Amino acid sequence: MSDYNFAYLDEQTKRMIRRAILKGVAVPGYQVPFASREMPMPYGWGTGGVQVSAACLTPEDVFKVIDQGADDTTNAVSIRKFFEKTAQVSVTEHTKDATVIQTRHRIPEVRLTEDQILVYQVPIPEPLRFLEPRETETRKMHALEDYGLMHVKLYEDIARHGEIATAYAYPVKVEDRYVMDPSPIPKFDNPKLESAALQLFGAGREQRIYAVPPYTKVVSLDFDDYPFDPSKADYPCALCGATESYLDEVIVDDSGGRMFVCSDTDFCAGRQEAAA
Amino acid sequence: MYVAVKGGERAIDNAHAWLAEERRGDTAIAELSVPQIREQLALAVNRVMAEGSLYDADLAALAIKQARGDLIEAVFLIRAYRTTLPRFGASTPVETGKMACDRRISATFKDLPGGQVLGPTFDYTHRLLDFALAAEGIAPPDAPMAEAEPGDMPHVTDFLAREDLIQPEAQDDTTPRDLTREPLDFPTDRPLRLQALTRGDEGFVLSMAYSTQRGYGRNHPFVGEMRVGTVPVEMEIPELGFAIELGEVTLTECETVNQFTGSKTEPPQFTRGYGLVFGHSERKAISMALVDRAMRWKELSEDNSGAPAQDEEFVLSHSDNVQATGFLEHIKLPHYVDFQSELELIRRLRREADAATTQQAAE
Repeated sequence: MSDYNFAYLDEQTKRMIRRAILKGVAVPGYQVPFASREMPMPYGWGTGGVQVSAACLTPEDVFKVIDQGADDTTNAVSIRKFFEKTAQVSVTEHTKDATVIQTRHRIPEVRLTEDQILVYQVPIPEPLRFLEPRETETRKMHALEDYGLMHVKLYEDIARHGEIATAYAYPVKVEDRYVMDPSPIPKFDNPKLESAALQLFGAGREQRIYAVPPYTKVVSLDFDDYPFDPSKADYPCALCGATESYLDEVIVDDSGGRMFVCSDTDFCAGRQEAAA
Repeated sequence: MYVAVKGGERAIDNAHAWLAEERRGDTAIAELSVPQIREQLALAVNRVMAEGSLYDADLAALAIKQARGDLIEAVFLIRAYRTTLPRFGASTPVETGKMACDRRISATFKDLPGGQVLGPTFDYTHRLLDFALAAEGIAPPDAPMAEAEPGDMPHVTDFLAREDLIQPEAQDDTTPRDLTREPLDFPTDRPLRLQALTRGDEGFVLSMAYSTQRGYGRNHPFVGEMRVGTVPVEMEIPELGFAIELGEVTLTECETVNQFTGSKTEPPQFTRGYGLVFGHSERKAISMALVDRAMRWKELSEDNSGAPAQDEEFVLSHSDNVQATGFLEHIKLPHYVDFQSELELIRRLRREADAATTQQAAE
């Protein structure tokens, strides 16, 4: 692949993306438009995250990719291979060894550090999109800090179901200003959005980049009498016994048998090794 | 016992190997060459060049071969390749009035300077399967030849413009925004809309255009003219101080003549829709012209009837098939985590609902 530039994108494009990232860091939670490129993987499969990672990676970086918390899901494998090939960076499955982590739908269980960047793949960056389909309208709403529609939606959830019926991509407010979509992570992960690591969000198809800088205040939207509840399945992990991690439900037979295992495979494997 | 989802890497490699085998098909059958695709599936090649936004027939043919004939996949391959190409500069605008036309028809005038040139068209073929084609090795008889008409082929709309019957286009020499280098931002302008339409999915643009014909934003189009042919592409070289010819491209251009009822301040005048597409792509060029015209409602002080084709945000956000197919197909990717959280939520809500019903029954 020597025909391609380091990390696939040409330096001009990377510069354009880095500018968008810097703007995003300067205005936490604000969706910065950027001229997303066609990547060799399809839109909707992590092209935003891939472009952000390409713009962040240096030859010294150690790269980790997870999808649904796991390093060995097919698309995580595919993206990791892409950067091994185009950027020759070293890769790892260990969260603590990674300097750049690209993720889809999860935040690792282990607390991240100031030396790490977490890059999220974002399908629909606009938290208001399903309340208002027009970009022209939602940008106006953000500019005016007009989030009444979102609060009405959450209120209607409570009126209808007795609780806020959003289980993933649970909206947050960043630094008391922008309402932000944390990407489709389970709401269990929301408290981890307040992190020591730099968190970057890339939406390729929708041409948006946004950021949560280290130690930024991130509050999950709720009401005083209906406080945010980061729930999870009420079981321990069947493999490592963890009770504080997010669990995947696995169907083990065709008569209703199921088990719960950690979604973060590195976390789970680490605990199993420590126990052995 | 639960088997962790390991072996993703091996599964991918194996899947790719199998895909390569399927792509080749039965090895007892001769392999299709890229030149064969380029020459004999030229309209597929044209579509891939147009929607891929890259004029290179050999690369498009290769993409079609690699994509097993899936044209959207081929467009995607071309777009991804296009990302890696450096941009040296921009050509000077091509002059379609100087096009060497293979085909030029007008539906508004029976005869006109330059004439009606039918060219290679399916239009009047009877769509009967030609079983003789199934027998290979029979070359078609030579088509009759004639001298090309000397001189340029004037645009039909120029004749109307001379009488002031058609609205003149706004003249503007500023460099238009580039859809492939800037994020899409609304409201757009006409150059940006035309860029999006020319690389938009043929099926989507066709359906949008068709919807205007059926009354969703109707704009009464006549095909003033449609022409297919080659134009030279020239580029200004700063070191030389003049433009040199880089090569030529085949284009299909369509100008529609549309009704305009006039307003209080303006007498009635025809208006235009415009389509310009790489290669020989008549359906696409005409569709583009109709949708272009539909989206001009604001500029022409027409009513927005709420039709989808009038809505630039709707049309432009959904016309790109590489974006659309990627997002559509991404739902094949694992969503265990989101689904798990939904599963827990719905179980909890059902439990609560059950409890409420039981309590009500007890009361």
